[in-house]
Amino acid sequence: MRSSRESTLKACIPLSNYRIIKLSHYHIMYSFAQLIYKLSNSTKTNEKLQALVEYFLHGDEKDKVWVIALFSGRRPRRTVSGTQLTVWCTELVNLPIWLFQECYHTVGDLSETIALLIPEKSSYASNSSPTGGGREGASREGAHPLHYYVEKFQQLEKAAEEEKKAFILQSWQELNSRERFVFNKLLSGTFRVGVSQKLMVNALAKTVKLDPNVIAHRISGHWDPATTTFTALLSEQSIQTDHSKPYPFYLAYALEGTLHDLGEPADWQAEWKWDGIRGQVIKRNDQLFVWSRGEDLITEKFPEYAILQNRLQNGTVIDGEILPYKDGLVLNFNVLQTRIGRKNITKKNLQEAPVGLFAYDLLELNGEDIRHLALTERRAELEKLVTSLQLPWLQLSPVVAFRSWDELTSQRGQSRNINSEGLMLKRKSSAYLVGRRRGDWWKWKIDPLTIDAVMVYAQKGAGRRSNLYTDYTFAVKDGDKLVPFTKAYSGLTDKEFAQVDAFVKRNSLEKFGPVRTVKPELVFEIAFEGIAASNRHKSGVALRFPRISRWRTDKPPDEINTLEDLKKMLELYGK
Amino acid sequence: MPLISFTDKGLYCAQGNFYIDPWQPVDKAVITHAHSDHARPGSQAYLCHHHTLPLLQLRLGQGHYQAVEWNEKVYFNEVTVSLHPAGHIIGSSQIRVEYKGEVWVVSGDYKTEADGFSGDFEPISCNTFISESTFGLPIYNWKPQQEIYHDIQNWIRTNEVANKTSVLIGYSLGKAQRLLKAVEEVTGSIYVHGAIWNVHETLTQAGWKLPAVQRITPDMPKETFKSSVVIAPPSADGSPWMRRFSPHSTGICSGWMQVRGNQRRRNADAGFALSDHADWNGLLKAVKATGAEKVFITHGFQSAFSRYLNEIGIDAHEVKTEFGTEDEESQLTN
Repeated sequence: MRSSRESTLKACIPLSNYRIIKLSHYHIMYSFAQLIYKLSNSTKTNEKLQALVEYFLHGDEKDKVWVIALFSGRRPRRTVSGTQLTVWCTELVNLPIWLFQECYHTVGDLSETIALLIPEKSSYASNSSPTGGGREGASREGAHPLHYYVEKFQQLEKAAEEEKKAFILQSWQELNSRERFVFNKLLSGTFRVGVSQKLMVNALAKTVKLDPNVIAHRISGHWDPATTTFTALLSEQSIQTDHSKPYPFYLAYALEGTLHDLGEPADWQAEWKWDGIRGQVIKRNDQLFVWSRGEDLITEKFPEYAILQNRLQNGTVIDGEILPYKDGLVLNFNVLQTRIGRKNITKKNLQEAPVGLFAYDLLELNGEDIRHLALTERRAELEKLVTSLQLPWLQLSPVVAFRSWDELTSQRGQSRNINSEGLMLKRKSSAYLVGRRRGDWWKWKIDPLTIDAVMVYAQKGAGRRSNLYTDYTFAVKDGDKLVPFTKAYSGLTDKEFAQVDAFVKRNSLEKFGPVRTVKPELVFEIAFEGIAASNRHKSGVALRFPRISRWRTDKPPDEINTLEDLKKMLELYGK
Repeated sequence: MPLISFTDKGLYCAQGNFYIDPWQPVDKAVITHAHSDHARPGSQAYLCHHHTLPLLQLRLGQGHYQAVEWNEKVYFNEVTVSLHPAGHIIGSSQIRVEYKGEVWVVSGDYKTEADGFSGDFEPISCNTFISESTFGLPIYNWKPQQEIYHDIQNWIRTNEVANKTSVLIGYSLGKAQRLLKAVEEVTGSIYVHGAIWNVHETLTQAGWKLPAVQRITPDMPKETFKSSVVIAPPSADGSPWMRRFSPHSTGICSGWMQVRGNQRRRNADAGFALSDHADWNGLLKAVKATGAEKVFITHGFQSAFSRYLNEIGIDAHEVKTEFGTEDEESQLTN
C-alpha cells in the first residue's frame, strides 16, 4: 500500500495505543481466542464492542483482516470432516469413540469437546483462565498467529489426509484449551459467535473513525483475506477496484405498536413480503453478479438471470427477491429449496424449480449510487427499467394499494393465498439505508399457522443448552398412533426448558444414541410459517420455521391435533 | 444376600441393620457428609464424623447423633464400620463396611485433590466399591486448584480496577470455605450471604480457623460493598438480593463451568471450574486404587462411566439413587 490512505487511517489510531501493540501476545492465536471468549461470554453489547475495538487497535495486522472475514460470514472452507476430527482425537487421547460421542452429546459442540478432551500442556493451562491472566507471552513455544492457522488450512485443502492429520495433531498439542476451541471452530467451518456483522462494523468504524455505513459497504462483496490488508480493505480503493461489490442490504424490523402510530397512510408504500432469497443483481464492467443477503456470490446458481448481462446497462444494481415463480404465480418456498443447496444445477432442476426475480428497489443507476434518493424516486426509475426489459420472470414487486390502515389490514389477510408472508411498509420519502433499522421500513408478517402436538423424542441441545434436553420432536395423532412430523428447538424460556429437561430425564422410555423416546405427555403449540408436501418425512409434510409457541399445560395429549388436520393445512396452504 | 443392598429407602446393610445416607427416615443412619441429599431428617439415630456433627445439628436440628474419628471402628452386630476421609467437604467420609472378611466401601461424594480442610481422600482396598460419578466423563479434568485460585484472584483484581464488586457464587457448605481461602490473599473485605454466614459461624464455633467475614444485612448501605468481594450461594444468583452490589461482576464456581454452554446459560461474567467432586481421572484413579472386584456407580454419568470401567476390565454396574440433588451435582438449580 503506497497511497496516502494508509497514513490517514493510521493517524486515526490514538498514538498512546501504539505502545500496547508491542505486547507480543497480541500477535498469537491467544489474543484471538481471548476475543472470542469475551464476545461469547458477555451479554452486554457495549462490552463486546469494546473488546472488538481493542482487538482492531492492537491485533496482528493480518489477523485483523481474518477477523473481519470470519465475522462477516467469510469462513475458510471446511477441509476435514467431523468424523476425521473425532477419530484423530480419540486416537490421541486413547478413548473409545462411543465415549467421545457421550461427551459430545453433553457438551453439544464438537470443537469444544475436542478442546476439553486433549490434556493441557504444562502450566500454560493457566491462560485458559476466564480473566486471561497475563503471564503468557511471545516466548510461548509453538504459538502462531491466527492467520498462520487459517492460511495453513487453505494450503492443506488438497493435501493427503496424513498431512492434514499431522498438522492438526501438532496444532492441538501446541495450543491451549481455549485456543484449541477456536482452532477447531475454524477448522470445521462452523464459526458462529454472538456478534452481529453490524456490531463488528461499528467496532471498525470506531477504530478507524469512519462512518459505519461506509465501512459496511467497503467490507462487502468479494475479497480475499489472505491477500487483502486491513488498510486496503477499509480504504476507498476497495470499492473502486471491486466491480462486484454489493451494497449493504437495508433490512426492516417487525412492526412495533400499531399501524396508526405510523401516521398518514398516504406517506407509506405497502408491498407484499416475499419468502425467497433476498438478492442484489449487479451489472458493472460488462459483468453480471448476483449476491444473496448472506453475501454469497450466487450468480452461477441462477442461469435464468444470465440474459441480464446483455440487457442491463453497466452501473445498475437491483435489490429484489429470488422466488420460485411459474406462469405468473409465486410458488411455495419449498420448491426453491430443491435447487439452492446444489453444486450443479441440472436442466431438470431448472424445469422443476423455475425462478423469477421480484424487483424491490434500484440502488445504482448509470454507475451512480442513488440510495440517498427518496423511495418514490427510486421506484419510478425501477419501474422504467423493469418495464423496458420486458422479461416475463422479472417483475416489479407489486405495490399494494390502500387508502386506510383498515383497508391494508384486510389486504394482509390475503397474504397466504399468494404465498406471501405478509406486508412490507416503506415510508415513501425513505432513503435506502444500511443494515437493520427502525423507523422507515417495517415488516408486518401474518400470524403463523399453529398446531397442537405432543413431544415424543428429546435430544440434548448445543451451545448454552448443552447437557440439557432442549431439542424435541413432536407428533400428531393418527387414529391411536402417533406420527412424528416436526422438530422444534426454540420458543421456551430457560425455566421451561429446565422443567422439560427434568421431565425427559424421569420419563425417557428408550435410548437411541443421543435420542431419548419420551412418554408422550407434554403438549405444545407449534407455530410455523408454511407447510409443504414432503416424501422425505413419514408424516408427508415439511414445515417452514417451526418453533414452540407455547406449552399447553392445559391440554391432555389425547386432545392434540391429528394428521388429518395437518393434511387439511397442506391442502389449504401447501401449494 | 449382598452385604449392602439397594433399597427404596437407600443403601442398606441387613447384617448390621443400618442404612448409609438413607433418603427416607430409618432407625440407624450412617452419614457420609452434611449435604442435604445425603443427610436427610427424620431418622432415629445418626452416625457421622465428628467434623460433620455440628453441621448435621445445624441442618437437621437436635437428634440422636454419634460422632467418630476417622478409622475408629464401630460395631453393628458383627459388622465393623469405619469412616475414612473423602475429601469432598469438611467431615465428609467414605464408609467402610466389613463382615467376615468381606469389605465394602461407600464413597459418598469425594474429590481426590486435597483442599486443606476436608481431609485427604484415602484410597481403601475393598471387595466392592460404591462410587459417585457426578463428573464421570473425560471432558471433566480440573486444573490444579492453585491455578484456579490464581484465576479467581486475577479476576477480583480486574474487577477492582473497574470499580466493580466481585460476587462469587458457590455452594454454602464446601465451596464457600474454599473460596474464602482463595480470596483472603487479595482482600480484607469479604462479605457473605446469610446462608454462608450460618455455616461459617457453625464451623468457627467448632474451632475451625476461617478468614473473618461480614454478614450482609438489609441495613448495610450500598457503598459498603464497593469493590469488595461477596460470596453468595447459587440461590442468590439472579435474585433481587444481588442488586445492592451493582456495579458488580458475577463469577460462578462449579465444575459445570468447564463447559462454555453452562456458563453462558447461567449468564455468568466468569466461570471457574472449581469442584468439590473428583474429575474423570480422579474417579478412575480412586476406583482402581480400591482394587475392588465389583463396582457400583451412583449419581452422575453412571451409564458412561460404568460402561467404560467394564471396557477396561472392571466389573461395574449402574445404581439408581436419590443422591445428586444438592450442591453442584444438580447443575440446574445450582
